Amino acid sequence: MEEYNLTCIRCPMGCSLKVTVDGSEVTVTGNTCPRGADYGKQEVTAPVRTVTSTVPVAGGEIPVVSVKTAGDIPKDKIADVMKDIKKASVTAPVKIGDVIAGNAGGTGTDVIATKDIKAR
Amino acid sequence: MNKRSIVIIGGGPAGLAAAVSAYDSGERDILIIERDDHLGGILNQCIHNGFGLHTFKEELTGPEYAARFISQAEERGIECKLDTIVTDISAGRYVTYMNGEEGIVTIEAGAVVLAMGCRERPRGALGIPGFRPAGVYTAGTAQRLVNIEGKCVGKRCVILGSGDIGLIMARRLTLEGAKVLCVAELMPYSGGLQRNITQCLDDFDIPLLLSHTVSRIYGKERVTGVDISEVAEDRSIIPDTAVHYDCDTLLLSCGLLPENELTRQAGIDINRVTGGPDVRDDLETSEEGVFACGNVLHVHDLVDYVSQEAMRAGKMAAEYVSGRRKTDGFELKLVTDGGVRYTVPQYVSPAQMEDSLTVRFRVDKEYRNKKLCVYLGGRQIRQQPKNIVKPGEMEQVIILKKDLETAKPEDTVKICLED
Ligand SMILES: Cc1cc2nc3c(=O)[nH]c(=O)nc-3n(C[C@H](O)[C@H](O)[C@H](O)COP(=O)(O)OP(=O)(O)OC[C@H]3O[C@@H](n4cnc5c(N)ncnc54)[C@H](O)[C@@H]3O)c2cc1C
Ligand code: SF4
Repeated sequence: MEEYNLTCIRCPMGCSLKVTVDGSEVTVTGNTCPRGADYGKQEVTAPVRTVTSTVPVAGGEIPVVSVKTAGDIPKDKIADVMKDIKKASVTAPVKIGDVIAGNAGGTGTDVIATKDIKAR
Repeated sequence: MNKRSIVIIGGGPAGLAAAVSAYDSGERDILIIERDDHLGGILNQCIHNGFGLHTFKEELTGPEYAARFISQAEERGIECKLDTIVTDISAGRYVTYMNGEEGIVTIEAGAVVLAMGCRERPRGALGIPGFRPAGVYTAGTAQRLVNIEGKCVGKRCVILGSGDIGLIMARRLTLEGAKVLCVAELMPYSGGLQRNITQCLDDFDIPLLLSHTVSRIYGKERVTGVDISEVAEDRSIIPDTAVHYDCDTLLLSCGLLPENELTRQAGIDINRVTGGPDVRDDLETSEEGVFACGNVLHVHDLVDYVSQEAMRAGKMAAEYVSGRRKTDGFELKLVTDGGVRYTVPQYVSPAQMEDSLTVRFRVDKEYRNKKLCVYLGGRQIRQQPKNIVKPGEMEQVIILKKDLETAKPEDTVKICLED
């Protein structure tokens, strides 16, 4: 049996979780909401993260648009996703939710805009 | 003179939520004044995720969270003046603002909601020996440069201060391809949220040096390096512990301060601990009809709480201008003890308060296995176990109206930690 003391990062409450792994049985305590239990299980088996960054915008009211992965991606794919984000650029206007880079880093998850940018 | 029913100063999440809730409480004549050319406040530069889980049940980035409130304000047709700065509030709620189109204008407000947010503590490192070369930024300035203006701030960075903005920037710069050598923190604990230490430092193996500070900055034109030394319990630098780091950038993340020049000028009572105005349970300041919410009141780490608080301020302002507010009875002062540094609100009116009141507070250091106790004039009215409380994280306790039924005017409500 293994025990892990983790901090849930699903929201800024940052609950202290205790995760016990007993064979295929994973139990989580210390979570305030169900998302914490999911996080605890996920973190000890296959950790995931949301990646946020910015991408240059041509002809926009500001020079960059903020972006995020539309869902969680495996933690060990962060660098691959960043590579694709670094290659991307867009032209204004941009709307929240626009796909900026499809299937980023081969994760099957898109990188989408998180800000509306009007054309200049 | 131009008269407006409710004037809201600041169009960040607090100002927007206050406006929406004042509207939904029946008020129509609402004006938001924002000095920036965009609504949304500081959230526009907080491009990381982790906002809004409690309000929208999904995890949003700062700009997305702001966009939701901006569209709520737009749907209601609430008027906003952008690129407009409020320069003065005076007795009788005269609000003076200034912009390129209208020049200087004074309006008479039925109620005012202060929602000016906070700013970074000015370069907390002014005492550090050495020149002031280029490459030294406050973390928030660096965040704005990178996330909104798309600039690169440096290649090898040291961060002084482990507040949330510093932690978030450590990850951001690392993902941008810079090397973040370490985060040094003067105190023996971090001022940031534990989740940010986990996902911004631990994920990228960035060391967090507690009880350390920058003891020297090198470089004349541009930073070329810094020395980092250990500090003793009294925060003095321990000689001969300096370690040199070659770097081109130093970020200072030394905390936030409520932005209260206007409030102070208006003669409103400011709390020495929070740096924000003292308020009653309805978020009214010492000046009648002037309410406050969000980071101008005290620094929040969760925007969801900012929105909740601001909704109340908006509703209370609407009740005030419509004359629905009943002003009877006395108010009790909330006092703190045993590790609790401050509370917001600082006053509660047992007659006027709603059925329950959320009191938010912070502690002075980390405590484990304590009880949070609330006393009314010496009698315990509430007790709840606290496994762990940290100075970086805002705590809360609920006080019920029925618990204050027996209160006498000379009583105080004491909030403290006990064994
Ligand atoms: C770096 C950072 C990271 C954060 N991370 C998170 C997180 O992960 N999750 C989370 O939930 N919360 C987070 N927060 C907290 C949250 O963003 C803030 O608590 C919230 O934005 C505060 O809202 P506000 O409206 O009070 O202030 P602000 O957003 O600062 O808005 C105040 C507005 O008032 C305007 N203003 C000021 N003075 C005047 C004047 N005289 N005249 C006209 N306008 C004026 C300003 O221009 C500004 O737009 C973070 C905060 C920061 C700084
Ligand atoms: S368990 Fe729930 S409340 Fe606690 S940090 Fe995780 S998501 Fe937030």
